[in-house]
Amino acid sequence: MFEPAGPQAHLILQLWHLIAWTCAGVFAAILLVLVAILLRTPRAPMPAAPDLSTTDKAEPGPRRSVATAVVASALLLLALVVASVFTDRAVARMSLVDAVNIELTGHQWWWSARYINGPVSDTFTTANEVHIPVGRPVIFTLKADDVIHSIWVPRLAGKKDLIPGRTASLQLRADEPGVYQGRCAEFCGLEHAFMGLQIVADPADRYEAWAAAQRRPASEPADAQALRGRELFLSQSCAMCHAVQGTTAGAQHGPDLTHVAGRRELAAGTLPNTRENLQAWIADPQKHKPGTNMPSTPLSQADLSALVTYLETLK
Amino acid sequence: MKRQPSEQEIRDAAPRLRDGPGPGSPEARALDETWSDAPGLIGWFSAINHKTIALRFVVATMLFFGAGGILAALMRLQLARPGNKLMGPDMYNQVFTMHGTTMMFLFAVPVMQAVAVYLVPLMVGTRSIAFPRLNAYAFWVFVFGGLMLYAAFFVNAGADAGWFSYVPLAGPDFSPGKRVDFWAQMITYTELSAIVEAIVVITTALKLRAPGMTLNRMPLFVWAMLVTAFMILFAMPAVMLASTALIMDRLVGTHFYNPAEGGDALLWQHLFWFFGHPEVYLIFIPGLGFISAIIPTFARRPMFGYTAMVLSLIATAFLAFGLWVHHMFATNLPELGKSFFTAASMMIAIPTATQIFCWLATLWTGRLNFKTPLLFVLAFFFILVLGGLTGIILAAVPINLQVHDSYFVVAHLHYVLIGGAVFPLFGAFYYWFPKFTGRMMSERLGRWNFWLMFVGFNVAFFPMHLLGMQGMPRRVYTYQAESGWGQMNFVSTAGALVLAAGVLLFVINALRSWHAGAAAGNDPWGGGTLEWAASSPPAPCNFHALPVVHSRDPVWQPLPSGPPAQPPLPTHVMGLTADERQLLVTTVVDARPDVLHTFPRPSIWPFACAVATTVLFTASIFTAWAVVWGMVPVAIILTLWFWPHRHETARHLAMERKP
Repeated sequence: MFEPAGPQAHLILQLWHLIAWTCAGVFAAILLVLVAILLRTPRAPMPAAPDLSTTDKAEPGPRRSVATAVVASALLLLALVVASVFTDRAVARMSLVDAVNIELTGHQWWWSARYINGPVSDTFTTANEVHIPVGRPVIFTLKADDVIHSIWVPRLAGKKDLIPGRTASLQLRADEPGVYQGRCAEFCGLEHAFMGLQIVADPADRYEAWAAAQRRPASEPADAQALRGRELFLSQSCAMCHAVQGTTAGAQHGPDLTHVAGRRELAAGTLPNTRENLQAWIADPQKHKPGTNMPSTPLSQADLSALVTYLETLK
Repeated sequence: MKRQPSEQEIRDAAPRLRDGPGPGSPEARALDETWSDAPGLIGWFSAINHKTIALRFVVATMLFFGAGGILAALMRLQLARPGNKLMGPDMYNQVFTMHGTTMMFLFAVPVMQAVAVYLVPLMVGTRSIAFPRLNAYAFWVFVFGGLMLYAAFFVNAGADAGWFSYVPLAGPDFSPGKRVDFWAQMITYTELSAIVEAIVVITTALKLRAPGMTLNRMPLFVWAMLVTAFMILFAMPAVMLASTALIMDRLVGTHFYNPAEGGDALLWQHLFWFFGHPEVYLIFIPGLGFISAIIPTFARRPMFGYTAMVLSLIATAFLAFGLWVHHMFATNLPELGKSFFTAASMMIAIPTATQIFCWLATLWTGRLNFKTPLLFVLAFFFILVLGGLTGIILAAVPINLQVHDSYFVVAHLHYVLIGGAVFPLFGAFYYWFPKFTGRMMSERLGRWNFWLMFVGFNVAFFPMHLLGMQGMPRRVYTYQAESGWGQMNFVSTAGALVLAAGVLLFVINALRSWHAGAAAGNDPWGGGTLEWAASSPPAPCNFHALPVVHSRDPVWQPLPSGPPAQPPLPTHVMGLTADERQLLVTTVVDARPDVLHTFPRPSIWPFACAVATTVLFTASIFTAWAVVWGMVPVAIILTLWFWPHRHETARHLAMERKP
């Protein structure tokens, strides 16, 4: 939130500075008065008779001070409300010309992203890692598959809930290339802690190249071990939940794996995507993410190795 | 059809003793006898004296506070370092849900009501809380509800969908099993208890005030509890409705919250926060009441700005019902509507600020008696003000969207609730402990207790602001080392342990002082409200003669200032029956004597009825038919509870005659 990389996060940070420093000033003022009271108010030796001189008459001095303080706080608050509303409006008015459309769906506990730009044939789906072009606005259409989730990428924008039965949208823009860590912010069950999302902002040409690669189906395995891996993928339980475009695996219960090897992380930010981690993950997902919907798959070491070799080809 | 009592019976039943003479007289002894609870085991379960019930209530809520605190410590230990394996997600989710649920439903609101049940009758100068049997019933229902929730937790059926239980996560599809059912039913228990307590407090404050205590002279603490009680009446039904609909979705297949069948997931959030936001204020307003009671005593002068204080309390209560959407800014609600809630959320700072300025003015113009209760109040000015200011930050929609559901909010809410309610509550315990027990708490331990809590609290919760701004979300059972949040979480855990040590010291101080504290006397602090006119601990009847009130601080100023009036103004009421529980009921606004009312005696039926209610509520988690057959014992017990007795009727008729 303190290193904004998009116009919205930037505006919010400005508002933050305004309100936070105003509040800090008020806090300091109240503490000063308190310290002054502690220093100057006389102590009462007990038992001290109460001072009842004020019961029947007004106290103009304190009354003036209190009234002034109340009016001043009301005016300050009014100013802050106005600042907040104007910032809100500025955030909402970001230009959406030439926007990229992405349908983002929250699942327990991962994200699927469907790029819906241009003709239907250009549509493709990926998971947990969303590439966007630098400098172009992105419109996320937000849906939830099971329970309520919330998308939060602190360096780019505020958060927005994904609610079953409703559709919301979130617009944002990244002005600098980079990898922006995002996550689910609404408690969504057992593995809410591991529901990460990476937004990768690429320069325009790299983004186009990435998108073109994503549109292609999985390439044919070249060597025998990878071929055996694909056999295993399609014959074991993998294909019951996962899709690999270009094969008969088309299930949508888990992340689309067509280009899984190109992603930076596994299981929504649980592990870095390396061969060892992938192998360990498939062998025992519950160890790394207890409660995940992916069951462990009993495979011999050779079979596991072949499967991972195949998955590694899915660049 | 029962026979009416005969003339002879009525004459025989006529009471003989009238109150008025001071302690030591036969009349005073008769009064003490009349208002005492019966001895023995059955007598213990039949007790209805407001002080007995209130002390049990306070102890019960503090035990729940301890349990909630242990859960909090467990969470802090789990989060002390990244990737910690102390708890898995299943356990952690139960622990944080139980922590929030305990603190909100089993501690924060009930403890305030418990203290009110003790103090309100004393402060308004009467001998009992209104509806004492109903009050006992509310206490037992509360205890059983809390025990049920913890019994479920200990058999691994602890609620795990958060204290807010958002659907669909808490719905039948994503939370199978009985965990959320126990949670939803716990709401029914505690809300039943809370609403009953609210009725009891409202009636006491409005109808049982000592003659002369006009609304304009009612102590600010009583005002605070009156406002709180009215808020409970309006807020709690929303959550009862919500939780009942949830349990019906879960148990009998209704679809209130199921979007696939025309229900709506957001409906839950609206209903829940329509209760949930006022809930924050009904925890906080009693805290304001404590402060308004403590400051005048320790500044040795009446409160500055009484009228402004009362109006601020009422304004806070009204505004509190217009802010609930600021918990839902991240949902897809219309932007213009959100701006309205931003404005309302900021506006509620004005009445609170007004009260803070009035307290500061009181301190500024007074002379300070610097004792532990005042320390806790001064901490309020640091902690709550900081929490209130982060609240203003959170009210701005754009900033809220950044830090909502992050540790920033965790920090904010603990600053508000611990600063606004727990610190004043501990100050209140130090302040009224002599009244409750007749003994002073140790001042030396009190200071240690205070500084440990104050430092521990800030070390525990201040870093959470920064963690939230760095992106750490709430309700995660662990985080990765790469996040860089490890250090601050470690500091926070260390602070939490210091805070826990402070609370432990309080327990030690309270237990030690209870047995071995210095004798307190009636009025150790020189307070101005009526509870200090009663003995410490108060006699079963509170006052051997009911006071007549002529000022806002009746102990300081028993008679109006100026030359003595001719004929002399009365200072006490005399002539109430001493061997029957007779009380003077006064008018709502001016507290003029209105009618004499005879209060019920102790009875086992409230306890029995609470047991029957518990069977009904708990069994209905397992079968909806329990609602049908569980009603039968409740109905039977209620019938017995209200069954009229001939000799009682005779006495009441006799008392209605002129002596």
